Amino acid sequence: MEANSVIGTVNKKGQKIVDPEYLFFEAPRQQYFMTGSEVVREAIRRASVDISVAYPITPQSEAAAMVGDLYVEGYVGDYFRGESEFAVMSQCAGASFGGARVFTTTSGPGTLRAYENFPMWAGSRLPILINVMVRGINSPLNIQPDTLELGMILDTGMLIWHAETAQELFDYLLKGYIVAEEPDVHLPIAVVIDGFFVSHTKDMVMIPSADLALTPYNPYRSPVPCMDMEVPPVRMMRDPFVMKSNYISYATHASWQQEIRAAIERSRKHTIRLIGGLIEEENSDADILIVSSGTAVAQGREAIRLLAEEGIRVGIVKVKTLRPFPHEEIRQATKNAKLIFVPEFNVVGWMAREIKAVIPDNHRVIEGPHVAGGMTLPPEVIVEEIKKVLAGKKEVVHG
Amino acid sequence: MGKYRVLPGPEAFLPPSAACAGIVLPDPGQGHINGEIVHEDVAMEEAAKQFLMAKVPTVFPGPLVLWNWNEKAAKKATAIKALYDELKSHNPGALLIPMPDYRPKYPKINPEVEINPNHPNLTIWHNKIDVCMFVGVHCHQANLSLKIIRGGTNCYTIAMCAQAGHEDAMLSFRDATPEKIWKFVEAVRKAKASGVYANPNGVTVSKA
Repeated sequence: MEANSVIGTVNKKGQKIVDPEYLFFEAPRQQYFMTGSEVVREAIRRASVDISVAYPITPQSEAAAMVGDLYVEGYVGDYFRGESEFAVMSQCAGASFGGARVFTTTSGPGTLRAYENFPMWAGSRLPILINVMVRGINSPLNIQPDTLELGMILDTGMLIWHAETAQELFDYLLKGYIVAEEPDVHLPIAVVIDGFFVSHTKDMVMIPSADLALTPYNPYRSPVPCMDMEVPPVRMMRDPFVMKSNYISYATHASWQQEIRAAIERSRKHTIRLIGGLIEEENSDADILIVSSGTAVAQGREAIRLLAEEGIRVGIVKVKTLRPFPHEEIRQATKNAKLIFVPEFNVVGWMAREIKAVIPDNHRVIEGPHVAGGMTLPPEVIVEEIKKVLAGKKEVVHG
Repeated sequence: MGKYRVLPGPEAFLPPSAACAGIVLPDPGQGHINGEIVHEDVAMEEAAKQFLMAKVPTVFPGPLVLWNWNEKAAKKATAIKALYDELKSHNPGALLIPMPDYRPKYPKINPEVEINPNHPNLTIWHNKIDVCMFVGVHCHQANLSLKIIRGGTNCYTIAMCAQAGHEDAMLSFRDATPEKIWKFVEAVRKAKASGVYANPNGVTVSKA
């Protein structure tokens, strides 16, 4: 089946299947005031999803339940609750192996419970879309926003896009499928939002008609054959071949891993076309820059406004995709900066580490301010940090 | 450090994937040679030249064209057989070796009759293949093979891909249809007719 052959046809819900470019860039949109969870529902309503598997964990439970409503309404082909997050992600793999377009959601400890599946998805080239609504992960129990889990999934082999707003969440959920399902990419994709800050607050969102739907997934374009017990990687998993201690076994596995990273790199071309670049810049010629992702960018933007009132010019670089990581774009955007602040909603500063690893003269990077455990990151805290450093009174603020 | 180029190996114990070394895939209507984007017709001429100058030109058809699972596959298979016949008439040493499936074979495959993506170098070495073309191999397995071949052999690799192409090959086409494979057969015929490319094995060649 050619994907283009279904454009213009009507699905069983009466939605018209349209060219993705039309849905993303040309179709008339209407403004709505919605929570992030409701935005997930509206994106999936238009995403031609074949199956969704759910398991409750705050803060993604609401969105997962709403996808269940879509199943009842007939917009999603199948829907059920798994026994745990590990089971959910395994069941998603099964559905994707079978050629279905799959959607699921997770948060915090659920992400970690499911963790083993993410490199398995990537290694098996399964283009599953998972919406990760990040929250605290460690004891004592915490359900509040915290991006520590995001730092832990960076090298699973998944594409990772970090949405700042509900609008980006809507667009990334739909565009994510198109990029992830490209035959030269064909990888799982995590569309990430900061839990509660985006999932449970209302925002203005521009949405195309519910009478339109994305082109369905075409499994015949997959870079791997449909899996069974005789086809790798399943065959390899049960065979002594890859379990053996010999050069060929090792070289095969190493090359397999390289191919996953190569596929992440190939996604750049498609991603840049659909989301307008891997980063977004504002005043990036300033001596002082704020570089971050997700809602930390929103707080940084407000800090820029406050500093401008005091005559201090600061720019911002928003990182939209964590994988592929926009190393060249960040190098270029920060080449003239004297100080680079990296505000984050986690205690370890993984984003600062990522940035330090790709730019020259990385002593320019100031790790912070950090908050964690659900704390907000008031713009005034970012302003204070910048002014402290400028005054020569550097003092890193940890959460 | 200079720009990475996708060249015949043996390159390294574990060479990088070309995509991670900055090589990008061609857009529709284009191909690539050594990682440089060129017009598809230029790539066709170069691929024909490489095949005609080879000592052991070899076509590796994969499952997507070996099995008669749809009408297009059968048409592609016919075109691929015609390509092989053209090569064979120019050079009796030409080979047609299938990659029938991707299962790891142990203790070892028979390299005279098949190639496997997990250790394609064994078939290349055994048959002393110096130029090969992958066609009808799923993209993931093709990339595995192409990178392993580049790592451990000096074989020149060509990919006739039905999707977006392969940057791990030294030369790649994309969006391969039966018509495009026939176009390549014509490019080989034209190059043969030019008489520029002598048969390296010194055998008299009759026109196909």
